[in-house]
Amino acid sequence: MVEYAYIIFDIAYYISLIAILLSFIRFYLGPTAADRVVALDVITICGINLIIQIAMRAGRIVYVDVALVYALLSFLGVISVARYLEGGL
Amino acid sequence: MLFIASIISLLGALFLFLGSMGVLRMPDVYNRMQAGTKATTLGTMMTLLGIGLANTAWLPKILLLILFVLFTNPISSSALARAAHFSGIKLTDRSIRDNLADDKVEEQDA
Amino acid sequence: MRRVKALILSYLILTGLWLVLSEVTRNEFIIGSLVSATISLIFSSRLAILENVKLNPKALFCSIKFIFVFLRELFKSAIDVAIRVLSPSLPINPGIVKVRTKLHSKLGRIVLANSITLTPGTMTVEAKGEYLYIHWIDIKSDDIESATVAIVSTFEKHLEVMYG
Repeated sequence: MVEYAYIIFDIAYYISLIAILLSFIRFYLGPTAADRVVALDVITICGINLIIQIAMRAGRIVYVDVALVYALLSFLGVISVARYLEGGL
Repeated sequence: MLFIASIISLLGALFLFLGSMGVLRMPDVYNRMQAGTKATTLGTMMTLLGIGLANTAWLPKILLLILFVLFTNPISSSALARAAHFSGIKLTDRSIRDNLADDKVEEQDA
Repeated sequence: MRRVKALILSYLILTGLWLVLSEVTRNEFIIGSLVSATISLIFSSRLAILENVKLNPKALFCSIKFIFVFLRELFKSAIDVAIRVLSPSLPINPGIVKVRTKLHSKLGRIVLANSITLTPGTMTVEAKGEYLYIHWIDIKSDDIESATVAIVSTFEKHLEVMYG
């Protein structure tokens, strides 16, 4: 069973990569700025998953902190774009 | 244990995939946001939980990350939806009603 | 008294965060708790939102129940989105409706709005006083009252006990 587990983790990794590619199409197409920010949000969240999966392969807990900071920065980025669209920035 | 963790992780990745497919397929910003927020929140939670179960020493930090994503994801999507409505992005033609726009018009008239 | 409660809560949250993020040794714990006490004192005038938290056994029991209700709704909503995305005709029926909440505290309203965003088919767009404007992916009812029953009431009865 254990050897299958790593193969399944690999499949999950590649599915997250495909998810990033799909939202990248929306990022390219998106007619308005808000569409692009939604796509960017999804890309960032899939990116957090990828970072944690890479951390598990490398066996280094430091990468988990990297993912935490990445999540924080993406949240701040989305909030500031929202403020900009409202005209408050 | 490792096997169960990997299955949870795979299910989470599938939800992530469906969420980004929703972002691609839905007709307007608000529907895209709905698909993007819900499916990706659950997807992230399950993927990270699977990895946290696979190596238990990381579990506290990963739980912190899950809580963080759970709190910030709906806030950012709500803020973005509000900004999109404020900047005048229309709902799709298939929508039925828009009480918020009606109320805004009433306020301007009054 | 209410301010002291907010101060202690924010101190506990910050110290817990520090304990998770750092390796636990004695010196690090002392420094971390000193820094969190300082931060809580500096921002004590802005902690009014934590004053709404109720700390009695009934509220505690209700928050545990709320977590399970919330997780169930989150699962349902993700599966709902998945079904809508995967069906070729894209069965949506969207619009923005207005609902009214009975909650008075700020924190309760914030938690309610965020929970609504993560339940099947609904997303909070705007909050004005006691009214919430909600983007509903599949509109089933027209007036405020029935929409309120359909969207808000699942969480409201728990949140009312927790935050008032």
